Amino acid sequence: MRKAGRHVSQTEGLIFEKSATGKRGMELPPLDVPPVDPAKALGREFARDGVRGFPEVSEIEVVRHFTRLSTWNYAIDLGMYPLGSCTMKYNPRVNEFAARLEGLAGEHPSQPAQVAQGCLRILHDLQKCLLAITGMDAVTLQPAAGAQGELTGLLMIRAYLENQGNPRKKVLIPDSAHGTNPASVVIAGYEVQNIKSNARGQIDTDHLREFVSGDVAALMLTNPNTLGVFEERIAEIATILHERGALLYMDGANMNALAGITRPGDFGVDVMHLNLHKTFSTPHGGGGPGAGPVTVKKMLEPYLPVPTVVQKEDGTFALDHNRPKSVGRVRAYCGNFGVLLRALAYTLAYGPGIRQATEDAVLNANYIRKNLEDLFDLPYNLPSMHEVVFSDARQKAHGASTMDIAKRLIDYGFHPYTTAFPLIVPGAMMIEPTESESKEECDLFIEAMRSIAAEVETNPELVKTAPHSTRVGRLDEVAAARKPILRWKPATEKEKELAHDA
Amino acid sequence: MRYLPKSPSERQEMLAAIGAQSIEELFQSIPEKFRLRTPLALPGPLSETEIIQYFQARAAENARGYTSFLGAGVYCHLRSVTADALVQRGEFLTSYTPYQAEISQGTLTAIFEFQTLMCQLTGQEVANASMYDGSTALTEAVLMAERLTGRKRVLVARSVHPEYRQVLATYARNLGLEIEEIGFTQSGQLDRAALDKTKLADAAAIVVQSPNFFGVLEELPTLGEAAHGTGALLVTSIAEAVSLGAVRPPTEADIVAMEGQSLGVAPCYGGPYVGVIATREKFVRQMPGRLAGQTTDAEGRRGFVLTLATREQHIRREKATSNICTNEALYALAATIHLCLLGKEGLREQASHNIAKARFALAELEKIPGVRRVFTGPFFNEFTLEFPRSVKMINTALLREKIIGPYALGTHYPELTKHGVLCVTETTPRAEIERMAVALRRILESPV
Repeated sequence: MRKAGRHVSQTEGLIFEKSATGKRGMELPPLDVPPVDPAKALGREFARDGVRGFPEVSEIEVVRHFTRLSTWNYAIDLGMYPLGSCTMKYNPRVNEFAARLEGLAGEHPSQPAQVAQGCLRILHDLQKCLLAITGMDAVTLQPAAGAQGELTGLLMIRAYLENQGNPRKKVLIPDSAHGTNPASVVIAGYEVQNIKSNARGQIDTDHLREFVSGDVAALMLTNPNTLGVFEERIAEIATILHERGALLYMDGANMNALAGITRPGDFGVDVMHLNLHKTFSTPHGGGGPGAGPVTVKKMLEPYLPVPTVVQKEDGTFALDHNRPKSVGRVRAYCGNFGVLLRALAYTLAYGPGIRQATEDAVLNANYIRKNLEDLFDLPYNLPSMHEVVFSDARQKAHGASTMDIAKRLIDYGFHPYTTAFPLIVPGAMMIEPTESESKEECDLFIEAMRSIAAEVETNPELVKTAPHSTRVGRLDEVAAARKPILRWKPATEKEKELAHDA
Repeated sequence: MRYLPKSPSERQEMLAAIGAQSIEELFQSIPEKFRLRTPLALPGPLSETEIIQYFQARAAENARGYTSFLGAGVYCHLRSVTADALVQRGEFLTSYTPYQAEISQGTLTAIFEFQTLMCQLTGQEVANASMYDGSTALTEAVLMAERLTGRKRVLVARSVHPEYRQVLATYARNLGLEIEEIGFTQSGQLDRAALDKTKLADAAAIVVQSPNFFGVLEELPTLGEAAHGTGALLVTSIAEAVSLGAVRPPTEADIVAMEGQSLGVAPCYGGPYVGVIATREKFVRQMPGRLAGQTTDAEGRRGFVLTLATREQHIRREKATSNICTNEALYALAATIHLCLLGKEGLREQASHNIAKARFALAELEKIPGVRRVFTGPFFNEFTLEFPRSVKMINTALLREKIIGPYALGTHYPELTKHGVLCVTETTPRAEIERMAVALRRILESPV
């Protein structure tokens, strides 16, 4: 275990357990107007006397509390996150600095356009970059995350088809798709029609021909798909759909394999979303925020959500609300501006050199594949792009599952890869290193995986009971779901007595 | 390139190990005609210095140095450098969604604390780990009400944030939801006379915001009664979370959809913010979004995990309660740290400052001939004024004085073109309120 060693981590309770009446961690400047009694001002029936149970702690306690908690997390800043389909790449710090500049962080979304030209230009510049990268014609930056981007794209497809007389009924989704795809389809008012992948893990075009009836509005396709494989018949797929009046939606979750190499707009995609917290390096923050811009072909432009960001003839920027065919609004204001800003900072840092990032991402995935394929089962032996999907078939024979191996990786100083996805690979081990990993870090990962493969044969119990180095062991998820405890509550007097007696 | 940790010779070494002659070989599965032959037309590459220069130039094109009286869903409140420094710790900032609980206890513990704080603040029993923002949280709350009641008709107050209503309309259109808007009275509150039996029969929910878009608090106890009397739910949107430091929590509401931006999150031209859904315990299985729950490991140590995931899209796919996956975790953390610093007394004090300053501003502005307060219901830190001319004209003149004036209601309420909503928070200095009053008086005294 060359990567990880042990070190002491601090024990810490919940912040509520530190609270004592009269402590505080923030003070306000003195009130510079006459004081008012809130209960009198609001009326007694509308007033409240403080929030019961709210913590009362000092600043140093808050700093220590959250610093201690932070040390219990794994993070990109600590090492590789080989999470397939999640594109956990380096989050540049300059992006954080830019997002906090006075004149950007403090701007109100409803302030007049004449004093928001800087914000609008940032949005407009990002729009141009995203259109160049995807090869599409028009874009909305409003969706708050990838899943909302999916919904927005589907709503635009629906509005476009409706305008032609028939919104149609179904959206086709391959069995390898992300769970958000079918969930978004339902909100757009469509039925999900699942289609099986062929023996090469891809869309079977003969099969597709049978499915694409006059009822089908679109196919939602992730490309490269969740096996990390480029759909080799993409042009044919687009033609089959277009000949029958259906559209091709591309889930851009895996755009990190394509940026600067090829453009979805060139291979027949009509509408796609991007995940800026994946391909465009904005920090994942323990689960969000993200941003899910949607780029579309010309014929879908009238249906973009309102408002759009436009440049006027005099060169100034404005929000255009007057779009009668728009699908409407999907989120208040102009979307997650702070995330969009960071994505622009990332794009500017690379410029056309973004191609090198893509090349390195694909190089890393193939290097890891080459160095592990003798020990792990490769269910689909096809050219890998930015990620590779193994299965636990060989280790399962010794009783160790993909989850066990993933948990054992933690002891070696790595975050687990993606387990049990895509659904078409039983016992999937989905590995995406991204371009942010050095050869050294890739080698350490390979070494860890090879070492675990050996442990599975010699000492499977060690793997099956991993992790062994963390603050807590595997947690009882069944108990958590059966009797959910979703908030802290003060101990009752009786419980306190019992605890004291014990 | 500084973000890429490889030397040219390492790239060659790795290619050789793979057995590829060139990097091109790794892209051969992409049909050749689709492979780009020329570099993308993108600006850059820029060094760190140049990136900072670009964004500083953009910042200078905005409203730096202006005083703003805008609220209307986004509020300028105090924020702490301590909280901001903590959320920038790489272990929080650059960590993934905490599916791997053993190495995510930091994030999971903080989410559990966030859920607890949101319950305490809203007076509800359970709260989730966050939604995108207030507008989508409200929409998801309405969809949740539909699932819980099996009814398709929703009564929405016109005094709910217009952009929230637009988002709801976008989602509702294809789901067979019927949205009926309910007007307001002279108090600025929902017109209860319009809520007759026929309206209420078969309604899934009454949807209000409090304080509402005009700044007025709604009478939730009576609305709760009206809703529950016919089996409907009361859905309450809260866009100004700081109000809950002084205003009674919406305990009558069955679902609370909140925008948490006020809790230490920068306005940032519209986002990222932090939405919240809070509800009754019995409704938890119809809730959208992630939830952290407490449990133990084999040795009995307390730990936290993401739980009740069978509601979510990665498990249930098309049968999930929502399509939400990525949420606003980092800003939920920011709000958590902010509230821990502020504490019980701090929040109470902050809320009372808002109440005092808004009343001071109202008194100053009402002294100006022709300026009159409308919508007389109880208010927190926003109030609606009627002016003798259009708010748009007034705002153009105020802008010349480096003042961003009231939110012009005419944009969304055609009958209210002379009406504007003003917001005053604890961050608005008295001197600026007085400067605003002087400027407004001068503008209104000058000929049109």
